[in-house]
Amino acid sequence: MTGVSVAGVGLHPFGRFDGVSTTDMGVVAVRAALREAGIGKGDFQAAFCGTAYGGVATGHKVLSRLGMTGMPIVDVEAGCASGGAALMLAAAAIRAGQYDTVLVFGTEKMPKGIIRSSFFEPWQEEAGLASTPAFFGLRAQRLCVTSGVTKDHLARVVVKNRRHGASNPDAMYQKETTAEAVLGSRVVCDPLHLFMLCSPNEGAAALVLRRADLAPSGVTLAAAVLRSHIPGSVLSESTPLAGLAADDAPPPTTLAALDAYEEAGLGPSDLHVVECQDTDAARELGSCEELGLCEPGGSAALLDSGATTLGGRLPVNPSGGLLSKGEPLGASALGQVVELVRQLRGECGPRQVEGARVALSHTVGRGANAGVVILTR
Amino acid sequence: MRVLVRDGLFTDGDPPALLGTRCAACGSVHFPRADACTYCATEDPEPIELSRRGTLWAWTAVTAPPPGYRGEVPFGVGVVELPEGVRVITRLTESDPSALAEGQPMELRIVPLHQDEDGSDVVTYAFAPA
Repeated sequence: MTGVSVAGVGLHPFGRFDGVSTTDMGVVAVRAALREAGIGKGDFQAAFCGTAYGGVATGHKVLSRLGMTGMPIVDVEAGCASGGAALMLAAAAIRAGQYDTVLVFGTEKMPKGIIRSSFFEPWQEEAGLASTPAFFGLRAQRLCVTSGVTKDHLARVVVKNRRHGASNPDAMYQKETTAEAVLGSRVVCDPLHLFMLCSPNEGAAALVLRRADLAPSGVTLAAAVLRSHIPGSVLSESTPLAGLAADDAPPPTTLAALDAYEEAGLGPSDLHVVECQDTDAARELGSCEELGLCEPGGSAALLDSGATTLGGRLPVNPSGGLLSKGEPLGASALGQVVELVRQLRGECGPRQVEGARVALSHTVGRGANAGVVILTR
Repeated sequence: MRVLVRDGLFTDGDPPALLGTRCAACGSVHFPRADACTYCATEDPEPIELSRRGTLWAWTAVTAPPPGYRGEVPFGVGVVELPEGVRVITRLTESDPSALAEGQPMELRIVPLHQDEDGSDVVTYAFAPA
């Protein structure tokens, strides 16, 4: 089976861009990725586009603007993991010998405020049970019980990621913050304060994947996995109305991570840098546990050790994470991968993880869908 | 007049009850009612009424109106564990998180959300400290 390389990456910054359309942002990211890969019209045989709010034929609109249509263009929706799903399909097609070169991109313009999701039925909205921050708050509270996480830990995750993001020119927030400021922001859903939640926003990201023998100098895509949930947990990202008291099913993130480690022939101890889902501060800590970066219940101690800060043993979210960048659903997973490709190439300046050769990205969201990608150099 | 926010989720009797199903094959309990067991996929689980009393497992309060919500804020949201071995996402009548504690007894209530265009009270299920 042939290997898969990342031949080029491109990004439209994440933020709020009035007057700039979903298509406009996609064009910027795709053009940059194609330029890096040194390819153009006729040089890729398929395109997969991640988007959740983009609407009909989002990918076609981007490629039409660039005069590059005719090949299959497939839009992929998998919530927060939409980009991960697109990447999995593209990588599998190359491995199977179907294509030599595939374009993968994601572009998104989220409505402002608390995410309104068609996932919920109208009665759930009426009953007040369609509050995404409430589910984050409940999960955060349970993490406090199971892992000894305190509000101070939650504040320090935000401080860490905002410090990382301060040197990321593509992030929405490029200013550091303090634990006092985080804990002084208003309570949205206890124990989560406003600054502990990422902002839904806008942006785009793109990658060119090629058969490894056609792009030998590229970063290798060692694994690209998407998994859904096994029912059981009432607080699963599948967002059920009920679960079991005896919820021993592994979460979708763990399912995806185990598959990805096996696919890559690597384990958590081999990783040098991680970009993980930090839609809220507690989610980053939970992600660390579910990805096996520490023992179950060990995420507070992992943060306390300084391992996950730039300069530590295993920096987590050197880009600043979604807490700094914001979360454009269809683009966020690929934005992580773009960051990690640049990390592996040593292009990240003040936020560079020195000597990084093995990297993991992770997104998880409603559905449930969890995506895990492993890159090597 | 009282209108249920959604038919088939709960009864508005005295006392009220949540409507679930139980799988004949694996014994798992589901809420709301399921067409097939969520856990083992066995079809047509048996309709049951869930216990009205349980214990509090997780809780928070919503301080800003979420999309599509027309009622008052803040309001409580939490998870109550029932004797059937099922945990249920629910509104809570208590909106001050500091007034609640893990494991405390809770009891089902039917509570008003808002009035519809006809002036009827739209009601839903919630749990209150017992």
